[in-house]
Amino acid sequence: MATSLWATRAASFLRINVPCRGFATGSDVPICYLALYCYEIAAAFIDWFLKDLKYADSHEWVRVEGKSATVGITDHAQDHLGEVVYVELPEEGSKVERGASFGAVESVKATSDVNSPVSGKVVEVNTKLSDSPGLVNTSPYKDGWIIKVELEDDSDLPCLMDPERYTKFCEEEDASH
Amino acid sequence: MRGGGLWQLGQSVTRRLAQSDKKTVARRCFASEADLKKTALYDFHVAHGGKMVPFAGWSMPIQYKDSIMDSTLNCRENGSLFDVAHMCGLSLKGKDCIPFLEKLVIADVAGLAPGTGTLTVFTNEKGGAIDDSVITKVTNEHIYLVVNAGCRDKDLAHIEEHMKAFTSKGGDVSWHIHDERSLLALQGPLAAPVLQHLTKEDLSKLYFGEFQVLDINGALCYLTRTGYTGEDGFEISVPSENAVDLAKAILEKSEGKVRLTGLGARDSLRLEAGLCLYGNDMEQHTTPVEAGLTWAIGKRRRAEGGFLGAEVILKQIEQGPSIRRVGLFSAGPPARSHCEIQDEKGQNIGEVTSGGFSPCLKKNIAMGYVKSGHHKNGTKLKIVIRGKFRPVVGWVNHQGIFLNLRAKSLALAKP
Repeated sequence: MATSLWATRAASFLRINVPCRGFATGSDVPICYLALYCYEIAAAFIDWFLKDLKYADSHEWVRVEGKSATVGITDHAQDHLGEVVYVELPEEGSKVERGASFGAVESVKATSDVNSPVSGKVVEVNTKLSDSPGLVNTSPYKDGWIIKVELEDDSDLPCLMDPERYTKFCEEEDASH
Repeated sequence: MRGGGLWQLGQSVTRRLAQSDKKTVARRCFASEADLKKTALYDFHVAHGGKMVPFAGWSMPIQYKDSIMDSTLNCRENGSLFDVAHMCGLSLKGKDCIPFLEKLVIADVAGLAPGTGTLTVFTNEKGGAIDDSVITKVTNEHIYLVVNAGCRDKDLAHIEEHMKAFTSKGGDVSWHIHDERSLLALQGPLAAPVLQHLTKEDLSKLYFGEFQVLDINGALCYLTRTGYTGEDGFEISVPSENAVDLAKAILEKSEGKVRLTGLGARDSLRLEAGLCLYGNDMEQHTTPVEAGLTWAIGKRRRAEGGFLGAEVILKQIEQGPSIRRVGLFSAGPPARSHCEIQDEKGQNIGEVTSGGFSPCLKKNIAMGYVKSGHHKNGTKLKIVIRGKFRPVVGWVNHQGIFLNLRAKSLALAKP
């Protein structure tokens, strides 16, 4: 059931997002289609998961579930930063404000402030990042989450970007460098 | 959330899609790229996945497909090949090239045996550093030097000015800037075994700090056994038209163990080895004594002077400098350039000049200058990083050199 749902989503994803692909001939064709099918399922899965995220122009993502929000940095951000060696975390209970820095992510070569896309109170920090800062690279949207925030209200959310706008924003930013 | 494996696939897939978009996008920004100079290996770097960045007016690879951390570790375990063709190599020739150069540097050039080289500093009238350089006495009438890319114009103008004054008084010296050659650095434990495959000369007779002109892979090269990583290795000056072939041959002979390595890892390696980066750890106002390079001032030069800024420098040797370069370990976030250093009471005593995370030591390391008196091993300090104090966990005098690599180079020295 889930598979057919994904297949449908994969088909629509296919029409919109997948770039040109070369096709093999003869006996390679069944394997080629299987690989393509798996790729499309994965891509659709990502699409479905990531569509719930909102993005700030400073390359943080936020996932809102009711009054609670989880914040991290995007794949684009971690890719540009390189290997993360240290994550500066705020104290639990401290206040964060939309657009203001609450911590930093350090790579081998650079330090980057992390800004909060939302305002509220920090209720949890990802303590795993103290021992394994590399989670920000390997799993920026899942195990590499940075803080959980109790939202003041949801007035910040309309200011944030949806996935399509964020992807375009990244392209424009990279083009200008 | 289930489907962890798909996550990894998704991440790499998304990145690959994004990369293909980036290719078309990158073509649009050719305007700024065209202003940057390119080495003979530029296309080679791009073909090998080099991430090209502007550096000192050149387009240079900061890293390749592997991460800076992996590159750094690989250099110390196997080996690295660096394109350093952006640096400026030149030859001074003539009967009086030695006395001429001695006016400008702190080294005892006359005392160098032919075929040996040393690190030195070009000084200004105030005793400050114009640039650091590796100089080699090829013969008594030929000195070969390499200076930093970022200081090329400044250094050449300085040398030219003094050369004009020197020759107008009858001195015999001329120069040739080796723009027809490219400099490659091959570093690591595999450097010598791999290079030996490409030359008939017995490299085991070439000790650290020594120089030879010889055929490597069918090209006439200037070879110096030296480097900027603390490992054994060579700097190879090859005619630019042979540079790509030499790079290919080195990588092939090592069966992939020696990897192309970028400037990102080069910086980590030199920091681990306690080596200064001109522009960070040494500047116009820094004297060699403050930078801990008193050892590079030859004994005869300390007695006689005769180089720019000698009065200031000799006084500092006698009385001790007011600030000194030191090495630092710290916990928490890595200390970076310009972080303030404070003593335990919160008084400002200095500044960090270079810092980062050491892939080999797996801790933060940094270099900086502190007021004399606070430079001894074990002194407790604080570093201010982004407005907060961080206790410095340990303190090492830079002479210790983080990985005790000086011992390694001494072991490679001529018995």
